[in-house]
Amino acid sequence: MTNYNELQECIIKGNRIKARELTQECLDNGNPAKEILDEGLIPGMAVVGKKFQDGEYFIPEMLVSARALNIGLGILKPLLEASDVKPVAKVLVGTVKGDIHDIGKNLVAIMLRGSGFEIIDAGVDVSPEKFVQMAKESGADILGLSALLTTTMTAMKDTVDAFQADGSRDKIKIMIGGAPVTTDYAEKIGADGYAPNAAIAVEMAKTLVGGSR
Amino acid sequence: MNFNSLAYDTSDEMMFGKALHPVRCGFDLVLGDGLVLPEINFTLPVMQVDNSNIKAILKQYMEMVSGVLQRLVILQVPGAVIEFEHAPQMTENVDMGARITAQTRKLMENYYHDHGLKTALRATICDIREKERPPKMRTGRAVGQMFESFKLNAQRGADLLSIESTGGKEVSDRALMEANLPGLLLALGILAPRDMHFLWKKIHNIAQQENVVAAGDSACAFANTAMVLADQKYIPNVVAAVVRAMSAVRSLVAFEEGAIGPSKDCAYEGPVIKAITGFPISMEGKSAACAHFSHMGNIAMAVTDLWSNESVQNVKLLSGFAPEVFTELLTYDCRLLNEALAGGEEDVIKRLLVTSDENKSVHALIISPDSSYDIARTIVKEKSDFERTRRAGMAACNIIRAAVRDKRLSLPEKEMVYLDRFQNEFEKYATEEHVLEAALPDYAELVILSEYGL
Repeated sequence: MTNYNELQECIIKGNRIKARELTQECLDNGNPAKEILDEGLIPGMAVVGKKFQDGEYFIPEMLVSARALNIGLGILKPLLEASDVKPVAKVLVGTVKGDIHDIGKNLVAIMLRGSGFEIIDAGVDVSPEKFVQMAKESGADILGLSALLTTTMTAMKDTVDAFQADGSRDKIKIMIGGAPVTTDYAEKIGADGYAPNAAIAVEMAKTLVGGSR
Repeated sequence: MNFNSLAYDTSDEMMFGKALHPVRCGFDLVLGDGLVLPEINFTLPVMQVDNSNIKAILKQYMEMVSGVLQRLVILQVPGAVIEFEHAPQMTENVDMGARITAQTRKLMENYYHDHGLKTALRATICDIREKERPPKMRTGRAVGQMFESFKLNAQRGADLLSIESTGGKEVSDRALMEANLPGLLLALGILAPRDMHFLWKKIHNIAQQENVVAAGDSACAFANTAMVLADQKYIPNVVAAVVRAMSAVRSLVAFEEGAIGPSKDCAYEGPVIKAITGFPISMEGKSAACAHFSHMGNIAMAVTDLWSNESVQNVKLLSGFAPEVFTELLTYDCRLLNEALAGGEEDVIKRLLVTSDENKSVHALIISPDSSYDIARTIVKEKSDFERTRRAGMAACNIIRAAVRDKRLSLPEKEMVYLDRFQNEFEKYATEEHVLEAALPDYAELVILSEYGL
């Protein structure tokens, strides 16, 4: 049985070259892609997430690790797809209509990706109708809405309402975030949750899809 | 005009309430002429902002501005600036923003005639160009709307024109998260100054045509973003502090193109601007805690001419609506400073404002009058915007390292790693060519270089 500690360590240290070598080596040794993912790459990234939450890592270190992870994933992807292995979940993220602030949304996307979620980024100033359309097209499990202004957060309600009107609200979980937003507001507009920061957004996304890796 | 010398001989000469070149504006108001005055800003509560709701929007602004003006009169404030900061929709719907400006101006006029209240109106137009990604900074549809908004707001009563412009932000946002120095040099040393020259040349022309003041910009989109990211422990504090110093160069460009102050309240690089230009500045600190956390509650006040609350929602508090409440807070802060100026005790107050914050965080350290003066001196020694930006960053590294070495400031090892790295990389990426070569492979997809004249 392969010891995945070294591969995990590559991800933790963000060593892209070694991550590529070891992932390939594991495959060459006949290890299944799903096992390499579940026992090497994802646990390595989980340690990175923990180090970030504990204040040991900053986002830049996390991004370096995420790149090493992506190198490994790139090698495994064709094999995973061939064996119909799915990502944790698909998350559609975007900044609501009228708002152009997106650094918070981008951070959430980075951290979700690092936790094995597939991200579809709708961008900024996204209308409720476009969110509905993109959710359908992508088959997203979760919608993450961002707004920074009191004058644009009302578009979050419009977006939730648009999913209701479309009849697809029960097919997607909606979480919201941004400076003026609160848990109360999330409840008031019928969203499924409010995340005050990117780390909590990841935990919430895991909870919303009913489990964690 | 390219500033190549400092306005003050020493940082001690820089003082709150006093600028070398006071600005006359609005209803009989002079800024930086011996008094610190409040600058009050406010924003709508949670509500729909579009043309269908214009009556309710105007009613909110009527309530906020009236409440503020009334309290200014009751508190016998010698003068104040009211800031109307556009939400994106108010710049896009040019008429909506202009109607709010006109209504606000009318109220200020009434208070001037009825009570002798001296005020000026700052209109801060929203930089809506970044709606498109990658943004079209010079050729997009939003560019025309934005300049039209400047013009119409000036015609309808704005006395001071400002913007928190975003040229280079499309690169800076990612470079900040990656703590990538070539990316930051591309954003702040190459893209942002180019955009500032383009933008402020036009804003200055509009201001001249309409006989109003081209006031100033803010590096909010870069340095305040960095500060907030650092506060959330996403990036190192030293990176944010170095970015603060680097961003002063792009903000200075507004003044090179004809702005005369006061710079924007959220421009914590203001003391650098004042050291170089002698124009009045606006700052925010403890009285802006309603809008965001900062480490510079007192020190930000040390050399300011306007004292701002940044922004507060129109919500009801026990003593009144929030904009009125913050008007009162700002008024008492200003009264204390003005009393010190009148009694010749300003040096004592300034020293206390500085020492109470200076060594408690790297953010406060970097905006102290001494640090700002050092950074300003470094900037004016150089000719090109790029080299100024690079040197300002290097100066910030040296200031931080000296404070750590002298045990005035304590930084954890994981922060020092970045300080070492940035100091080395500033040496390595010494020319625009080096930076473009290093940064473009990673950032080219985010930016349209031709929109910056490149």
